[in-house]
Amino acid sequence: MNDFPFLSVLTAAPAVGGLVVALLPNSRPTLAKALSLGWSLVVLVGTITMYTAFKPGGDRFQFHESYRWIPSWDARLTFAVDGIALVMLLLIAVLVPVVMLASWHDTDGYGAKAGEDRHSAAPVGVVPARSASAYFSLLLFLESTMLGVFSAQDIFLFYVFFEIMLVPMYFLIGSYGGQRRQYAAVKFFLYSLVGGLFMLVAVIGLWVLGGHTFDWQKLVEADFTTGTERWLFLGFFIAFAIKAPFFPFHTWLPDAGGAAPAGSAALLVGVLDKVGTFGILRYCLPLFPNASRYFAPLALTLALVGVIYGALLAIGQNDLKRLVAYTSIAHFGFIGIGIFAFTTQSGTGAVLYMVNHGLATGLLFLVVGMLAARRGSAAVSDFGGAGKLVPVLAGVFLLAGLASLALPGTSPFVSEFLVLVGTFTVNKTVAVVATVGVVLAAGYVLWMIQRTTHGTVNPALAEVEGMKRDLSLREGIVVAPLIALILGLGVYPKPVLDVIDPAVRATLSDTGSTDPAPTHPAPTADAVSKESGK
Amino acid sequence: MGSNVHFAAATGWLSTFWLLIAIPLASAAALLLLGRRADRWGHWLGVTSVAASFGLAVSYFFALRGVDERSAELRLFDFIDVGGLKVDIGLLLDPLSVVFVLLVTGVGALIHAYAVGYMAHDPGRRRFFAYFNLFVAAMLLLVLGNNYVMLYVGWEGVGLASYLLIAFWYAKPAAATAGKKAFLMNRVGDAGFVIAIFLMFATLGSVNFDDVSNGVGALATGTATVLGLLLLLGACGKSGQFPLQTWLPDAMEGPTPVSALIHAATMVTAGVYLIARSHPIFDAAPDAQTAVICVGAATLLIGAIIGCAKDDIKRILAYSTVSQIGYMFLAVGLGGVAYALGLIHLLAHGFFKAGLFLGAGSVMHSMNDQTDIRRFGGLWKPMKITWVTTGLGYLALIGIPPLSGFFTKEPIIGAAFDHAGWLGAVVGGAALLGAGLTAFYMTRLFVLTFHGPRRWTPDVGQPHESPPVMTVPLIALALGSLAAGALMMTSVVDWLTPVFGEHAESSEHWLITGATMAVTLTGVGLALVLFRKGTETEEQPAGILVTAARRNLYADAVNETIFEMPGKYLTRALVFLDNRGIDGLVNGLAAAVGGGSGRLRRLQTGYVRSYAMSILAGAVLVVVAMLAVTLG
Amino acid sequence: MSVSYYVVLAAALFTIGAVGVLIRRNAIVLFMCIELMLNAANLTLVTFSRINGTLDGQIMAFFVMVVAAAEVVVGLAIIMTIFRTRRSANVDEANLLKY
Repeated sequence: MNDFPFLSVLTAAPAVGGLVVALLPNSRPTLAKALSLGWSLVVLVGTITMYTAFKPGGDRFQFHESYRWIPSWDARLTFAVDGIALVMLLLIAVLVPVVMLASWHDTDGYGAKAGEDRHSAAPVGVVPARSASAYFSLLLFLESTMLGVFSAQDIFLFYVFFEIMLVPMYFLIGSYGGQRRQYAAVKFFLYSLVGGLFMLVAVIGLWVLGGHTFDWQKLVEADFTTGTERWLFLGFFIAFAIKAPFFPFHTWLPDAGGAAPAGSAALLVGVLDKVGTFGILRYCLPLFPNASRYFAPLALTLALVGVIYGALLAIGQNDLKRLVAYTSIAHFGFIGIGIFAFTTQSGTGAVLYMVNHGLATGLLFLVVGMLAARRGSAAVSDFGGAGKLVPVLAGVFLLAGLASLALPGTSPFVSEFLVLVGTFTVNKTVAVVATVGVVLAAGYVLWMIQRTTHGTVNPALAEVEGMKRDLSLREGIVVAPLIALILGLGVYPKPVLDVIDPAVRATLSDTGSTDPAPTHPAPTADAVSKESGK
Repeated sequence: MGSNVHFAAATGWLSTFWLLIAIPLASAAALLLLGRRADRWGHWLGVTSVAASFGLAVSYFFALRGVDERSAELRLFDFIDVGGLKVDIGLLLDPLSVVFVLLVTGVGALIHAYAVGYMAHDPGRRRFFAYFNLFVAAMLLLVLGNNYVMLYVGWEGVGLASYLLIAFWYAKPAAATAGKKAFLMNRVGDAGFVIAIFLMFATLGSVNFDDVSNGVGALATGTATVLGLLLLLGACGKSGQFPLQTWLPDAMEGPTPVSALIHAATMVTAGVYLIARSHPIFDAAPDAQTAVICVGAATLLIGAIIGCAKDDIKRILAYSTVSQIGYMFLAVGLGGVAYALGLIHLLAHGFFKAGLFLGAGSVMHSMNDQTDIRRFGGLWKPMKITWVTTGLGYLALIGIPPLSGFFTKEPIIGAAFDHAGWLGAVVGGAALLGAGLTAFYMTRLFVLTFHGPRRWTPDVGQPHESPPVMTVPLIALALGSLAAGALMMTSVVDWLTPVFGEHAESSEHWLITGATMAVTLTGVGLALVLFRKGTETEEQPAGILVTAARRNLYADAVNETIFEMPGKYLTRALVFLDNRGIDGLVNGLAAAVGGGSGRLRRLQTGYVRSYAMSILAGAVLVVVAMLAVTLG
Repeated sequence: MSVSYYVVLAAALFTIGAVGVLIRRNAIVLFMCIELMLNAANLTLVTFSRINGTLDGQIMAFFVMVVAAAEVVVGLAIIMTIFRTRRSANVDEANLLKY
């Protein structure tokens, strides 16, 4: 089973599906949707099969494939995944069908005809229906590029996927988004492109100085002078810091997240941005270990500022989607702290955080999208007392919010705890200040919940036709797998931790880091009982 | 420090004690998932699950008596195993946790039954029982966890349940705000708790109770003190102690059974449990113990003083709870034998305060949800059972022998005076004064509610006694507060010996007993003189102290000025900075590029000949440059 | 027979052409000036080809002639169209393609 070329097939499959869907006539929207959903489910099955075939204790990189591509540059189509990439692949494969189902009526337009989820009272007026086949094929193309970027093991291939990924997302935001979508799409594109150019310079530098190859394995062993290593590190780091995004490169995210359709926003924040933190783990740390250590204080500071800053700004937002986007900036701060603390716990926690954040924030975005689709607006002030009108939806919203604030029992708690406990062992100040961010998280989530679902019912809200319908069956199927994963991994994170942990340890050993030993290790219980036995 | 803690693995019947948590949790999940289908019978499922847990708890209690080490540890599965950090989903049944389990499930089952009647007309009754069961499960996890992370998970779980239940009537803005406030203030405390866990791992390499207990002796005193203070911060948040006490009275916006179970009998005492459970840390850190004593003494006075000035029956009881937990903190801060004293007071308090709250609920039930004691009066006649049971709770609380409060509170006051140095005299005096104030405000509450002239609002018809499903728990709790004291004095201290170690027999305090009784009777007498004939139904102008007490000693105002307002302005300033500053910089760059291009395109005049001119100029430039290179 | 005669002649032709392009407004004249410049270049190419004894320059000159012929075809067609619509062959009047 291990010989099956999982990675190349899984990367190519959604693109093929996307091509087929794109060729469907516009008059058959349901066929396009059903075909896309079915195809993404097939990809999910394939990914799960690969996940089970992965041996957690085995080689660091598995499912290795390599094909001839551009021999003169020694660039090859090399695919391989470690545990970190593997869990991200699974996250993508899970999120895409969910997002597709959640976006089922996004292209139908409001007020055109009465339908299952169309609301004649949408105050923004009639929105014309848009091409479903284009939308869903874009989602499939996006899935393809996302799968590719996480499975690439060749730096040039990674760079190509890194940039191509922008294209479908640009169209998803720019053509299907809400207000100011074009501004947001252009901003998103330019930010990412500028970051990508920094990386391109570093990639070329790496090729020139690292022995004229793009092969990751060979480049890891290359030696650079201190100055060169730092410049190359910065090239990659800036690209990833913009992508993630870290403070102060974050301002594109609230615009993009706020303007994108909810499903695309979930993918954008849930997966696309993780390429940044993933890139730091896969490229910055192993390729430039000394520079990583040199710049760690800077990175930790940026991440820490992001934690507090994102949380405070989230409290001050009046748009639900922008609010969620700002919470993500705080969460990316936690991930950054976990990575640059260089301990097993914090690193594993950071990777787990990437998964959990995809689940929790993805859920939050989708639920916000459901609320906004009913109300025709995502402004907090347009809600109020929604709990009385749509109790089940409000309950799911609360659950998503609680997961976002990392309540124990939900999976984000495990990751946040690991990040902070690992960080504390090496840098107490950072961990303690970040814990303040945990308190602030409760603030923005509860304040959001209170202003939207609690209190007396907003009279304008009660008149909206859509608010008379609680969670539909389709929406229930959308949220159920995410909730199950959030709660399941919150109690039993072991299956994921076992995959992540060896990969993180290998990455950290590339940087030459070791965990600090406890200062006063407690005698083990066995030793004590032996002692008392004597 | 020679402590040598080892827990025996659970065997036989005891190895099934995870069921204690699983049953209420399963019930909560079923009630939430089944939705309206469970509306008709859901509440009975809720009651049954907690009662089943109580039955199991009793059986485990007896099973535990048969185990020599008086402990049973159950490691279910790995929760986290990363690097050196190993956290099990592990449970521990020992004398300390069994006491709590019995209290939580026993009182919990009674209050669940009561709530069937109390919530009978509420359309959200099923949801209420789901949350209530969730609370019981989380609380049991809190007291049964075998490591600090499990304790923390339960700790946050009860916080969540508390939030959900305070904000149960979420359409009421006050309830929604109170729920949020409770959660936030708890989170402040939790931050301290969780940092304490980090510190344990960083220094001791483990978060299990046994490892921490065994290893804490090796720590520097400074580290142990920091650890103790961080845990104290967590405990203060959960138990409504100074300076995080203001959420607890606001929490009375929740339904009365919630106030009785969560905000009187069980959850708010979790802080006491935390300190008692961490006693090896506090034993190693005398400064932290002093801090606990000071917090306890300060809070018991704050609670009692504010309690005297309030007119809302539930808020008086809430401040009374704050004050009584202050006594418990005082006791566990004193250390040694006083650990057990604090826990006994906790148990007794669980009974009589739950009874008092349920009595208050019964009164409100028949008075159209009126909570203002100035609009009660003369209720003893139509509500005989409520009157008697509340009366027993009241006498138990103020410490009239032979009710339980007498046996539990008076030794704490004695132990406080026993504490060395001037601190002992100060906190002892505070505790004594607190006893007098307690007697005063409780007498005021009781007399104004059940006696004196009727001051009912016109919409109240004929008050009636509550249905049996509500009065039976009242009677049971009243019997508990009657009998518990004596029973506990004899056996609970011995029962807890494996946890806290042997202790010297405490000396007799005839003098202090006498003084306590005198102060208490003075408080009762004063209140009788003042309120025997009822009171005005409107708020009267009052002196500085009373006004301050009515405003909760300005604690809310302080929070608002120091945290809320600056926070609000900071947030606004940052939003502005982000939009105009950081984003402004980026957009400014874009605008500059755009503007520059706008200027440059003016060169594109449309005249062919000017283009030709520039081409020529360019060619000349190139030629000149080439000549310069060749010749120069 | 000095090289300089040819080169000076070519330079003179080129200058006449260049000045003509810059100062005249009639499109046809402009075109003839451009041809003048091209042929000045051709003259130089052929001269150096002859002096160096290689054929490269002459071949290059043929290329230039072909390009010039092609250019005249396209250019005259454009001028004809402009003249038809505007009744004028003044290049300064055809200035719509600007900022």
